[in-house]
Amino acid sequence: MVVVIDYQAGNLTSVVRALAALGAESRVTGEPAVVAQADRVIFPGVGAAGKAMAVLRERGLDEALRRAQERGVPILGICLGAQIILEFSEENNTPCLGLLPGRTRALPRLPGLKVPHMGWNRVDFLRPHPVFAGLPPAAEYYFVHSYYPDPALPEMVAGVTEHGVSFVSALAWRNLVATQFHPEKSGRFGLQLLANFLAWDGILAQ
Amino acid sequence: MLSKRIIPCLDVRDGRTTKGIQFKNNVDIGDPVEMAKFYYEAGADELVFYDITASSDRRGIMIEVVHRVAATIFIPFSVGGGLQTVEDMREVLLAGAEKVSVNTAAVLNPEIIARGAEAFGSQCIVLGMDVKRVPASPAIPSGYEVVIHGGRTPMGIDALWWAKEGERLGAGEICLNSIDADGTQDGYELTLTRMISEAVSIPVIASGGAGRPEHLAEVLTQGKADAALIASMVHYGTYTIQEIKHFLAQRGIPVRLTW
Repeated sequence: MVVVIDYQAGNLTSVVRALAALGAESRVTGEPAVVAQADRVIFPGVGAAGKAMAVLRERGLDEALRRAQERGVPILGICLGAQIILEFSEENNTPCLGLLPGRTRALPRLPGLKVPHMGWNRVDFLRPHPVFAGLPPAAEYYFVHSYYPDPALPEMVAGVTEHGVSFVSALAWRNLVATQFHPEKSGRFGLQLLANFLAWDGILAQ
Repeated sequence: MLSKRIIPCLDVRDGRTTKGIQFKNNVDIGDPVEMAKFYYEAGADELVFYDITASSDRRGIMIEVVHRVAATIFIPFSVGGGLQTVEDMREVLLAGAEKVSVNTAAVLNPEIIARGAEAFGSQCIVLGMDVKRVPASPAIPSGYEVVIHGGRTPMGIDALWWAKEGERLGAGEICLNSIDADGTQDGYELTLTRMISEAVSIPVIASGGAGRPEHLAEVLTQGKADAALIASMVHYGTYTIQEIKHFLAQRGIPVRLTW
């Protein structure tokens, strides 16, 4: 069972619909007990880190996610879900889940540079990974965010994107992958990425 | 590098697209879902639906359209037209739209921007602005005035001030329509677009006046727009999105060419 975690951080219908288009049934839940039964976890979300973490803690979903990570089930974080898996976010100065070491940082405010970073941009995938396999280098993905994940270890960086600075737009570590962009809104190649995730056993082939 | 977005706009009335649209390949030219699929596959970066029925008793028809579009295309799309309350916004977003746009309702009740942004996040809230050129005056120092009701009612509000105010209230994006340029196919209002785009840090979608690919090139460079709304030039089959994007790419404008 694919579980999509609901913690009142944005609209999950687009993720569910994209999964449905790939023929995958999913269950949207805010219940830690359901997460404990999941074969596969998708952790989407938009919104502010502070409120999101408060809801996760209140519902015990922070622990549920940690256990899922320990169990080795494949986990995909999307957007806010790629940020609050780190230890700390500069957004609302929030202590976060700490599934990976590192911090979430604000995109720099530079003259002529629009923030939020909204629209289509490329991802330079730095190393082979089953979830990012078969995606053409020229493919672009849909982003909308003002913060980005900055993991502590370079080997956790799976892909980078340019917007004024080069920032981390894809992470991968053991059974966890995460994208700052929205695969569910990124057309054919986004669907390909989701299909890859649905087929992934959570083991990272080196 | 962030690509400039090309966004077809579809007017919907009673669940049907309204413009006479000429397509081949057996596309049902009146069905917004078929149209959405066509543009999704043709390389549109995003879509805008404008519900010109815009009455609460008929909103259900549009909601049904949004549901079907969301199950069919996997790029962002926004819905506007007649949304008055946070509950109206919620209904459209839950049906599967990525963003909602408010125009007249925001001018009459600016709080709807803040309340929408608080409820759903700024990235969901597009401030639609209809703007008309007027002689500069103490009340309208920029020489551009906000109008509502599709351009019929001047509001005595300066467009530059309103754009900044919309950003302050929490809009995540501005869709800026020039009433003077709209329907002319003579090009976007470059001065207005540049002025607004330079004044806010959120993205600005230029609207009104697109007739040829050159017009998009102008507004995305001189006009400093982040995205360009198009309608007739693609609806009537004069240009394809691919042709427009290749034209822009040849001029060094970043666009998404692989889809």
